[in-house]
Amino acid sequence: MAVTADSIAQLATVEKSRGYWRSVGARFLRDKVAVCAGLVAAGLILMAIFAPWIAPADPLDGSMIKRLSPIGTEGYPLGADELGRDMLSRLIHGARLSLFMGVVPVLIAFAIGGAIGIAAGYLGGWVNTITMRVLDVLYAFPSVLLAIAISGALGAGILNGLLSLTVVFIPPIARVAESVTTSVRKLEYIEAAQASGASSLRIVRDHVLGNVLGPIFVYATSLISVSMILAAGLSFLGLGVSPPNAEWGLMLNTLRNAIYVQPWLAALPGVMIFLTSISFNMLSDGLRSAMDVKQ
Amino acid sequence: MISFILRRVVYTVPIMLGVSLVCFALVHISPGDPLVSILPPDASVELQEQMMAIYGFDRSYPEQFMRWLGLAVQGDLGNSIATGRPVATEVFNAVGNTLILAVTATIIGFTLGGLFGFVAGYFRDSWIDKLATAISVIGVSVPHYWLGMVMVIIFSVELRWLPATGAGPGGSSQWVWDWEHMQYLILPAITMSVIPMGIVARTVRALVADILQQEFVAGLRAKGLLDRGVLAHVIKNAAPTALAVMGLQLGYLLGGSILIETVFSWPGTGFLLGQAIFQRDLPLLQGTILVLAMFFVILNLLVDVAQTALDPRLQRG
Repeated sequence: MAVTADSIAQLATVEKSRGYWRSVGARFLRDKVAVCAGLVAAGLILMAIFAPWIAPADPLDGSMIKRLSPIGTEGYPLGADELGRDMLSRLIHGARLSLFMGVVPVLIAFAIGGAIGIAAGYLGGWVNTITMRVLDVLYAFPSVLLAIAISGALGAGILNGLLSLTVVFIPPIARVAESVTTSVRKLEYIEAAQASGASSLRIVRDHVLGNVLGPIFVYATSLISVSMILAAGLSFLGLGVSPPNAEWGLMLNTLRNAIYVQPWLAALPGVMIFLTSISFNMLSDGLRSAMDVKQ
Repeated sequence: MISFILRRVVYTVPIMLGVSLVCFALVHISPGDPLVSILPPDASVELQEQMMAIYGFDRSYPEQFMRWLGLAVQGDLGNSIATGRPVATEVFNAVGNTLILAVTATIIGFTLGGLFGFVAGYFRDSWIDKLATAISVIGVSVPHYWLGMVMVIIFSVELRWLPATGAGPGGSSQWVWDWEHMQYLILPAITMSVIPMGIVARTVRALVADILQQEFVAGLRAKGLLDRGVLAHVIKNAAPTALAVMGLQLGYLLGGSILIETVFSWPGTGFLLGQAIFQRDLPLLQGTILVLAMFFVILNLLVDVAQTALDPRLQRG
């Protein structure tokens, strides 16, 4: 009996959720700004994936006589950097590491922070109190400071950069996950599921996750823009990605000394960071209003 | 109120302990021997052990933590490995410069952001609202270190109106509020103000729009109060939250000034951190981060108390 009731309830949820996602999609498509932002973001991701095929030149291959060629030089449409490497190719290739360093920490933090928050929210009681107090400590650091503290102590390197950014984003995601889960847990159908004898794991999997993952995910996407700026910022400081790799923050750093020679050339990598960050920001805003998540 | 303040202070103590534990751990998560940067590569084993004992690295972690914390409470943050000078002195000198920059930036950002947000919330869905929203999205999405570079390119390299880097003729220790020095402050402060501006504008817009929809505003209007009178009520209601956001933003700027200070070679804590990272000077890194994080925790506490004092309804929550 319980099994049938459960499966009917499940069917009902599936039917309802399909309709829900369709309406979210429709609402999102009506939002022109969000669709544009989504297209730009998709374009940047495609550029990162197909970089070796799109880029006209090798991003690591420099020519000493072409050093700091201005924008529009023949064969160098966006000029050449301080080692005579083709700027356009480096900007295209830079999308790979830059997006990787910006997006991956948020995804990992979404998985870890989400799990911590959902567990704390569902279990409640002293588990919740202790978990949230421990996270409060990490929350007590401004995010830039925490990222720089950890990667400064660990030293430069892609892995260290990823690790420090992940640690920075776990507390905020866990906090949102905890508050969403706590509010869902108080709903009557959870009580009903508990009364029907379902195990905690089963309740979380079947009844809680579907209701909390959406809001947590939307919140996580809003962090990608911050993460992009921070990740590039770490490389800008000499942490994170190291030379000769093409990465926008690192390129800004190495071109900084050239601002008196080729000022606008030196600013180009920042345009890419800005473009990525703003498109993810608006995409996330659009997603939030389409899913009607209140935060 | 007093019991609320006490509760809030008591709650802050474990946070501070946790923050110092994290700062303590920084030195120990770093790979390699912390003494590598001061010892010659051919140092004898005895010398190594001697140095280990001087810096206390030969004891157990809890023992080291208690010793380090005890000294830190007394204002002794150890000595910089690179310069040998006390970390506390270096940080103390730098904090003043960072405060000059961060407070100026907060004032600019709060004034402009508050103004944009207020106008946008008051004339909701008008073109001015859309403009203000666009400005705030740009404000939170722009990589501020890049914006700093662009400012230098425009105002120092191309127009030659303002100096690009440094803190003026007084160097890092003698700041004076005269034009000779203030011209060095303009670019970094404006660049830094963009971060809180976007966030303040967003918050104030939502606050004002929300307050205008409340019944008491309709009541005031029904009473025949003119728009100017309504405005005063809206400001009074929005102020506590807006001030809280401003306080927190100041804290974020203090902690996050490293990138902007690096771009403008501003001799503050961020610059110090950059140096510590570059030279792998762990005591300096640890001490600076501890001081900045403590600043942030205390500022949070003050903001909370001030907000509750202005809006006693919060006490119940």
